[in-house]
Amino acid sequence: MPAPIRLRELIRTIRTARTQAEEREMIQKECAAIRSSFREEDNTYRCRNVAKLLYMHMLGYPAHFGQLECLKLIASQKFTDKRIGYLGAMLLLDERQDVHLLMTNCIKNDLNHSTQYVQGLALCTLGCMGSSEMCRDLAGEVEKLLKTSNSYLRKKAALCAVHVIRKVPELMEMFLPATKNLLNEKNHGVLHTSVVLLTEMCERSPDMLSHFRKNEKLVPQLVRILKNLIMSGYSPEHDVSGISDPFLQVRILRLLRILGRNDDDSSEAMNDILAQVATNTETSKNVGNAILYETVLTIMDIKSESGLRVLAINILGRFLLNNDKNIRYVALTSLLKTVQTDHNAVQRHRSTIVDCLKDLDVSIKRRAMELSFALVNGNNIRGMMKELLYFLDSCEPEFKADCASGIFLAAEKYAPSKRWHIDTIMRVLTTAGSYVRDDAVPNLIQLITNSMEMHAYTVQKLYKAILGDYSQQPLVQVASWCMGEYGDLLISGQCEEEEPVQVTEEEVLDILESVLISNMSASVTRGYALTAIMKLSTRFTCTVNRIKKVVSIYGSSIDVELQQRAVEYNALFKKYDHMRSALLERMPVMEKVTTNGPTEIVQTNGETEPAVLETKPPPSGLQPTSQANDLLDLLGGNDITPVILTAPTSKPASAGGELLDLLGDLNLTASPASVPAPQISQPPFLLDGLSSQPLFNDIAAGIPSITAYSKNGLKIEFTFERSNTNPSVTVITIQASNSTELDMTDFVFQAAVPKTFQLQLLSPSSSSIPAFNTGTITQVIKVLNPQKQQLRMRIKLTYNHKGSAMQDLAEVNNFPPQSWQ
Amino acid sequence: MIKFFLMVNKQGQTRLSRYYEHVEIHKRTMLEAEVIKNCLSRSKEQCSFIEYKDFKLVYRQYAALFIVVGINETENEMAVYELIHNFVEVLDRYFSRVISSNGARSGESTNVPSHSEQGWTKY
Repeated sequence: MPAPIRLRELIRTIRTARTQAEEREMIQKECAAIRSSFREEDNTYRCRNVAKLLYMHMLGYPAHFGQLECLKLIASQKFTDKRIGYLGAMLLLDERQDVHLLMTNCIKNDLNHSTQYVQGLALCTLGCMGSSEMCRDLAGEVEKLLKTSNSYLRKKAALCAVHVIRKVPELMEMFLPATKNLLNEKNHGVLHTSVVLLTEMCERSPDMLSHFRKNEKLVPQLVRILKNLIMSGYSPEHDVSGISDPFLQVRILRLLRILGRNDDDSSEAMNDILAQVATNTETSKNVGNAILYETVLTIMDIKSESGLRVLAINILGRFLLNNDKNIRYVALTSLLKTVQTDHNAVQRHRSTIVDCLKDLDVSIKRRAMELSFALVNGNNIRGMMKELLYFLDSCEPEFKADCASGIFLAAEKYAPSKRWHIDTIMRVLTTAGSYVRDDAVPNLIQLITNSMEMHAYTVQKLYKAILGDYSQQPLVQVASWCMGEYGDLLISGQCEEEEPVQVTEEEVLDILESVLISNMSASVTRGYALTAIMKLSTRFTCTVNRIKKVVSIYGSSIDVELQQRAVEYNALFKKYDHMRSALLERMPVMEKVTTNGPTEIVQTNGETEPAVLETKPPPSGLQPTSQANDLLDLLGGNDITPVILTAPTSKPASAGGELLDLLGDLNLTASPASVPAPQISQPPFLLDGLSSQPLFNDIAAGIPSITAYSKNGLKIEFTFERSNTNPSVTVITIQASNSTELDMTDFVFQAAVPKTFQLQLLSPSSSSIPAFNTGTITQVIKVLNPQKQQLRMRIKLTYNHKGSAMQDLAEVNNFPPQSWQ
Repeated sequence: MIKFFLMVNKQGQTRLSRYYEHVEIHKRTMLEAEVIKNCLSRSKEQCSFIEYKDFKLVYRQYAALFIVVGINETENEMAVYELIHNFVEVLDRYFSRVISSNGARSGESTNVPSHSEQGWTKY
């Protein structure tokens, strides 16, 4: 059998293949040759064959038959064999293969080998693919090598230790004594890997972290090393574009960040060096900017003094003006992280950020958009909105939905006047009509009914807007609704805000009919148009016959919805004509819809029954935010990030939820204790119940309910349901009962969950729990758990009992596994 | 944390791949194809960091070769960008001439991939 070809030849041959099929053929031929060579147990050429096999594996072809050969190579005495063997082991073998355990003994012997290169190979392989059993067996050897004076081995041992710790966290203490001297080395390789090891230890175990902060005096050591790096002169070994070992500098800064987070003493100790790095680093090249970026991240994360923070934000501002797009991207990302804590400082750079909206790069535009929304406030709303609307006009479709929601939210919070608000929303509907969320239409309608003085102006504007083009569904829906309601204002030609337009009844009906007929109109839109036409029968005088005709035509429409409406309206004309004017009266002012759950504005015969009419009176809007603040303070900094708390009280909670998602991961909703007007408290919950049931698995098959809290006579039980449609959603129904002899009033339930979850609190059934367990308060919580992590929750309860205000915090940990798995 | 390190040419052929997390072999080819598609569709004015699925890609183009590194959110993107250049300089220094040959039958050292920190072997 001729000697197998060399790897280089193989590569050349493969590269001559012109098609995928040709390449596959060549590779198969070679694989066959290799397999037969393996069968012959050919020692001389084994490593050559395995090398070729590894190359083919890299190209994506299966190579599992080489695993045992790798083991044989590892066991050989020749260095060249061992080298390829270990490489193969790293690439082909991992925990999933049974054969990997056979390597343990080889690695153990090689860790004690006389040649450092062999020891190095063994360390690399163990650090790459060692399973937990292997790590447990060999951790002692690794620890021994960590203490050796040979820097080549020391650095590899440190990285291997990182892997061991990741696989078997309990062994962390074992490496602790060895770390004492690691930072005294001169060799940068050892320094770098030691810093990695220390970072891993600090991240994994808070005990280690506090140990390193207090006992080891780690921070001064790191500061010293960093200072040397900056101050020392040119060192050819470590120089990258004029900066000495930037990779080590970045690592040290990252470790300092972990050490300084939430710790005043450590942050104190590193203030100087951070200022020094920030001011002395060269910014002309990418390297310097990389270091500055890391420095800024560190400054923002630790408890630094305000001067330093201002310095950091200024650096970010300078980055924004830089020509290099990478730097701009990085600056926008960091500003987004800091905008909540240092809002004012970031405001100073608002104009630059708004300019970035016009950048060509998609990622930069997205960041700039998110940041712009975060920076909008009462003062700059007009200017910002102009820019944002321009952006909405010209941006890519993937942004339009988010941008539209953001604009709606911002407009609602900061609108300087009603007219401006309506104008803005209409502008959004005309430019990005098809991308707005479904709840934009009812929200806008509700907004319009609320601003009585604007009715004429609004209906006129809407009429003009759809005159030319009635393809944008949300716009047409709103316009039809308004024309139905305020058609009389339109034809009367009164309008204070603008030039009144002369419109006749016929023209209005023309446009509504064309909406009905048009192919572009969705079924919902047609429904709106038909109802509008019907309403006009009471408001218009000359065209009632025409309206009757239209309505009767649709009595035989194929669309069931339209047909039903038309038939009912027909009946109104024929049998119930006396009731018609009363039924089709002007609508009362609609109150805000609070939840974004399965609620609808149900329209029957021109009268609206809002499905949920819970009002959140403005004063309590402030109250929940301060309560929520308290809750967050008490929860400490562990898992929860503070969020913009005005969002929970706004009605498009889903749009608010998106904004919160952009800026923070916690959706903390507090439901106020206000009891809605008695006559409407019952129906909403029936409707709520009816429409939400089908979505969830009623069987709740065997998810046991838990008692989340039981103290002082107040008992809160959680029952669970999992959603059929979305497996990461868990619906928790809480029932609060009171076994004492006096009622508990003004009961407010608040909850917070760790960062990876999202929470939505729907309104409670009431705010008062009657005594002696005679009644309960029910409230629904929806938890989104995309990462299927263990559910934990902290709850805060406030209520009045026996004349005094009570408040309590508790943690709920006993969630059954079926509720979150 | 670096998830993977790829060298892919413009035609989509992988010249070097090293994964630091386990990825099924057929998924690798799909991943590499998608990644290179993302990188090819970028223009000169766009930045070198792409958000892809739940991690980021940092890429750099050298003639017809793309070097792409997949990182998670704990990494400093610009430091990784610098690292890529460092890697290329090391290769250049070590082999005295780094060329990406596409089927060129030259006698000099072609860009043979190595996965280990141990350097090249003459096979």
